[in-house]
Amino acid sequence: MTKQTFDQLQETLYFDKLPNGLHVYVLPKKGFNKTFATFTTKYGSIDNHFVPIGEEEPLRVPDGIAHFLEHKLFEDEEGDIFQEFSKKGASANAFTSFNRTAYLFSSTMNIEDNLETLMDFVQKPYFTDESVDKEKGIIEQEIKMYEDNPDWQNFFGLLKAMFKEHPVGIDIAGTVESINQTTKDLLYTCYKTFYHPGNMVLFIVGNVEPEKILQQVRQNQANKSFPEPEDIQREIVKEPAEVDEKKVVIPMPVNTGKCLVGIKEQRPDKQGKDLLKHELSVQLLLEMMFGQSSENYQTLYEQGLIDDTFSFDYTGEYGFGFSVIGGDSKKPETLGNAIKTMISDFLQQPINKDIVERIRKKKIGYFLKAMNSPEYIANQFTRYRFNDMDLFHVIPTLEALTTESLQETLNDHFDVETQMSQCLIVSEGESQRA
Amino acid sequence: MEQDRVIQFQAGSLNVHIIPSKTFKTTTFNIQLNAPLTEETATKRALLSHILQNSTADHPSRQQLRSALEELYGASLFSDVTKKGEHHIISIRMEIANEKFLKDQTPLMEEGIKLLASVLRNPNLENGTFNEKIVEEEKRSLAQKISSVFDDKMRYANKRLTEEMCQGEPFGVHVLGREEDLQAITSSALFDYYKETLKKDKMDLYIMGDVEEKEITSFIMRYFPDEQADERESRQLSERSSNELKDTPNEVVEEQSVQQGKLHIGYRTDVLYGDDDYFAMQLFNGIFGGFSHSKLFINVREKASLAYYAASRVESFKGLLIVMSGIQSSHYKKASDIIFKQMEEMKQGNFTEEDIEQTKAVYKNQILETMDVPRGRIELEYHNELTENPIPLNEWVKRTDSVTKEDIVNVAKKIKLDTVYFLKGKEEATK
Repeated sequence: MTKQTFDQLQETLYFDKLPNGLHVYVLPKKGFNKTFATFTTKYGSIDNHFVPIGEEEPLRVPDGIAHFLEHKLFEDEEGDIFQEFSKKGASANAFTSFNRTAYLFSSTMNIEDNLETLMDFVQKPYFTDESVDKEKGIIEQEIKMYEDNPDWQNFFGLLKAMFKEHPVGIDIAGTVESINQTTKDLLYTCYKTFYHPGNMVLFIVGNVEPEKILQQVRQNQANKSFPEPEDIQREIVKEPAEVDEKKVVIPMPVNTGKCLVGIKEQRPDKQGKDLLKHELSVQLLLEMMFGQSSENYQTLYEQGLIDDTFSFDYTGEYGFGFSVIGGDSKKPETLGNAIKTMISDFLQQPINKDIVERIRKKKIGYFLKAMNSPEYIANQFTRYRFNDMDLFHVIPTLEALTTESLQETLNDHFDVETQMSQCLIVSEGESQRA
Repeated sequence: MEQDRVIQFQAGSLNVHIIPSKTFKTTTFNIQLNAPLTEETATKRALLSHILQNSTADHPSRQQLRSALEELYGASLFSDVTKKGEHHIISIRMEIANEKFLKDQTPLMEEGIKLLASVLRNPNLENGTFNEKIVEEEKRSLAQKISSVFDDKMRYANKRLTEEMCQGEPFGVHVLGREEDLQAITSSALFDYYKETLKKDKMDLYIMGDVEEKEITSFIMRYFPDEQADERESRQLSERSSNELKDTPNEVVEEQSVQQGKLHIGYRTDVLYGDDDYFAMQLFNGIFGGFSHSKLFINVREKASLAYYAASRVESFKGLLIVMSGIQSSHYKKASDIIFKQMEEMKQGNFTEEDIEQTKAVYKNQILETMDVPRGRIELEYHNELTENPIPLNEWVKRTDSVTKEDIVNVAKKIKLDTVYFLKGKEEATK
């Protein structure tokens, strides 16, 4: 077990790597009623082409299978796992993202029992043909719900425009057609390949005794047997550096249009400290360009092109990365063009040191706020860990950014001529309210 | 359960509640302005909330105000409107980093309170009224926000159900008001309404974080002057609304080109926060549709695989129970039959002691978890300002534990179906 203390933040993090390869982290939080735990595998929607463990040939699995698997793990011979948790006063959930699947519970009581349930159900797959079929109806409704959600359609419309080959452009839940190709055997194949403890992280945050809870985890894992860990062979997709399509327009039954502008990362090959620095730099630059204190935000607001749904974000992972800027607008087309011009103009000006200092302060304050949230800490720490980064390096990394390094990132990332796509949601026109 | 003590005092027109806690790295402030929900004032209040958060006399433009907040280590400032029953509440929230976690120990707290006070008391004026240009900008922004409720079909279905169900009752008024009322609001009319708000609204200020009682009290006394202290009634509680029952339940079907139908069902419970059977109602809801072990989740989703979500929630300050589910349109009958059957099962007492114990555990857990979030804790405290019968937070767990099966069946029997709203997909039926 190792113990790391962060004096400025007044936090202590405990870590252990178990003999089966599982990484376990514990962050005690005095004063909290609740304990929150996430059990996460480095396996998400983009892992749709890989060599199954013990085999030679790569296999292309149906879209949405990681998410399907997430649903199915909540069932075992005795029934529904939600029941197990709620009997012990816990609420459980799970989510699948592009590159990971997380199972979680939060509870203010019976922490040991609930933790045992979490480790056991994730490590005990139980699928039957019948239960797999039954799940298709539920997931079909989940997909339909997102099909009616204009923000989701806008976001995935943008990803599909930016990426030609990379599976990040495929909806995480797949399609009704693809989920219907999912079988019990395929689920087992994915499970065996990606749910080895060596590919997983357990993070526990809350009002807990670190030594005691780590001992419980060691004991639980020692009672189970796993094959020797093997490196997972994922197919590397050849994705062009530039965007696939510059503009996509999607009509939907909405009153207000939407516009998202995306900037695709040209060389998404960074990991560890480099990725952390890059991610924070892009976020800081986006704040400078389009944050609420920026000249641009003021202009767009005064021109009536945006409202308070306007936002921006950067996603950086190994293999893909992108910025997204936009929101609701009565004139999505005009907004998209304005954003493009504003980025081009920003590239022409020197970086203002005073603004950098102000945004740096803002981001430090935001990080402190995020430290109040067990959910944020567990989810972000795990995401960072899978990219060889450390959540607790955020503040020092922010403090070390210079205007020179920001200038480099600016020139590297924000190439609007080849790296920019737009996705617009426009009103179908038929559905105006009476 | 650990229970932080709450320090309460009156600072002129403001009821101050300080909840000291060493758990958090930030300090949270929340000003709640409470007035009755009415059709005449709803749009003005929503607009006022927008105006206040975007400009003050010291920081007249949005850009200047947001820059000032960023200098305070990204203090967040946010205002919105909510309805709790027939109360219409403007919340102004600020969250600011506690300087002890910063390297340079900037005196953030005092600056933060000063800024927050100016948002409420010192708005950006021009010729003795709100700045015309800003009012027009915010009218446009609010109009867009109101019109985009239509775009989120779950929210839209909720809005439509409430409108149909509570026609003629204040609760039927939408929290953001009406687009058609916006244009007529002039900056001087809005400024008059603002002055009335300061004079008449019940005002509560909540502060949660690692604060020194003496220091924070002196800041409040300094920055929130109390010139209007005696013009206010001490409490403003709206009357219990009449909840008039329809002879036959209302059925409303609407059609749009959506992939998924939205089935929203409204019941009258007549149980309000503060009532003796409030906790029995909460447990009823938990067994019926509030959690992932509930009857709706198990029967609509897990057994029949008709939906991804099928849930219920209670409107504790109005006495309503709302069921929500997203289904294939052609399954309308199938899904509503299952939902009605679950309600019948509840009324018949067809649930076990085990179900009750399980639901108590999850409900208590939910309360305790809410207290781990400053905003949630403040929300729970604020409930007691909205009722004649406050329930101290440290009694919630005990009161939950004492609920019996009989209590739950008794509240179940009070529940009356009022309105079924169905947003139907257009093309789906042909598939």
